[in-house]
Amino acid sequence: MTRERLRVVFLSALIGLAFVLAWQAFAGTKPAGKGIPGPLAVGATAWQMLADPFYDNGPNDKGIGLQLAASLGRLALGYLSASAMAVMLGVTLGLSPLLYRAINPYVQVLKPVSPLAWMPLFLYTIKDSGQSAILVIFMSSLWPTLANTAFGVASIKRDYLNVASILQLSWSRRLVTVILPAAAPAIVAGLRISVGSAWVAIVAAEMLIGGTGIGYFVWNEWNNLALTSVIFAILAIGLIGVLLDAGLARLSRRLAYTE
Amino acid sequence: MTVSFLEIDHVAKHFPAPDGGAEVCVFRDVAFSLEQGEFVTMVGHSGCGKSTLLNIIAGLERASAGGVVLEGREVTRPGIDRMVVFQNFSLMPWMTVFENIRLAVRAAYPSWDRRRIAGHVQRYVDMVGLTGAERKLPAALSGGMRQRVGLARAFSTAPKLLLLDEPFAQIDALTRGLIQDELIRMWSAGRNTVFMVTHDVDEAILLSDRVALMTRGPDARLAEIVDVSIARPRVRTALIEDPEYLRLRTHILRFLVEGGRVTTGEGRRGGDEIRGFETPLASLTSQA
Repeated sequence: MTRERLRVVFLSALIGLAFVLAWQAFAGTKPAGKGIPGPLAVGATAWQMLADPFYDNGPNDKGIGLQLAASLGRLALGYLSASAMAVMLGVTLGLSPLLYRAINPYVQVLKPVSPLAWMPLFLYTIKDSGQSAILVIFMSSLWPTLANTAFGVASIKRDYLNVASILQLSWSRRLVTVILPAAAPAIVAGLRISVGSAWVAIVAAEMLIGGTGIGYFVWNEWNNLALTSVIFAILAIGLIGVLLDAGLARLSRRLAYTE
Repeated sequence: MTVSFLEIDHVAKHFPAPDGGAEVCVFRDVAFSLEQGEFVTMVGHSGCGKSTLLNIIAGLERASAGGVVLEGREVTRPGIDRMVVFQNFSLMPWMTVFENIRLAVRAAYPSWDRRRIAGHVQRYVDMVGLTGAERKLPAALSGGMRQRVGLARAFSTAPKLLLLDEPFAQIDALTRGLIQDELIRMWSAGRNTVFMVTHDVDEAILLSDRVALMTRGPDARLAEIVDVSIARPRVRTALIEDPEYLRLRTHILRFLVEGGRVTTGEGRRGGDEIRGFETPLASLTSQA
């Protein structure tokens, strides 16, 4: 097993190295300032940015740490409120086949809508770009959790619910001790998909609203033609995405159970 | 006439046919009663509806006709006064042994404080010999140990009526004996009223005061109720040489093998009906 793992790590590092070398070779064929910047140039920019990630020189010049923090703050607000609502609604639908079937067509229609399509409507109704962006995150992270929770609750083994009704557990106790733990693996799977799509949506939303955030940063650096910063931001976005997913993967392992 | 502790009053169960045709009758006209502290077991082939009947008594299913009355009150829904021990254990897999039992104790004694609940749970953990395994999850336990948790959970709430649904069916033969002994011990201590369902004849005779025999389903009926007049405490090893035990065993097995058709009532299904049970036991049995 460890040997197998070592081989994976080795191969992975080899592929990465090969890519970086090819990239550098390709970038080196163009004179400086033209074409795609190479990994060395990106590395230099990264070094510079990470040296002082939290500086603030006014609206168009903030450190990448501040920008990421702004994005993560929006993500937290939109994602957490959407998740709370999705779980509550999902439990309700999962417990009532009738309601589930009655509401499902609407969910199916709303689910494939890009969360950004809601943006004009939010801007028009609440007239605040910051809150609109948070609502876009809300919309992007609602459906996967809702669908998974409803499915997870609907497929809870009859036996567990039978035990709960024999013990005459109160509604709240039944929810906390039986329904949520039983459906937890499905719910967390939904939360994992949701956090991914929320993180994808936030970059686009911030490009539209401007001001702060990693999405705005990418667009701003593009306007400055600072492609090294754009590439570094892409890497940073990917890395944060991995961390978010890893956190939920950990939660999922903790809540998993074998029958 | 005095009202019994538990009355099974002419209960029937029909299921809608899978093809949408006429309803299928699983069993009907099942009527008998249990006195307080009695241990009654129902034996029958698979499909005679004995587990369905147990679920009806538990309140988990509704009878199509007739009803169940416990201490003068009709059973309409599940309740903590009727704890069930399930064939598949039905422990919450995300809870430890201790937490599984505590869930029941908390529900049964809502006014108790934390310490009293914990002490009570621990007593039942110890009683079923699971001391040291309190913090284990059910998945880490053998079938026998899981059912010990199931028994502890059921007994810990001191239910009026214990319902055992083939509780030992998924446990290997050697362990089964041990857990049966544990069941006897716990039952002797508290004298709960027990209704058990099984298709293990030896188990039925070992544990019960009376054994109820169901005919084959569908359209099953209660054929007879056999008194088990072997003195307690019953010891497994002594039992296998007890002539009374052997006679009962032969009688019940013959009933099961010969098709288990009712001997009374209108002639149904013509040919495969058998008349009477020509065993020396006839005098011992009471027609239901």
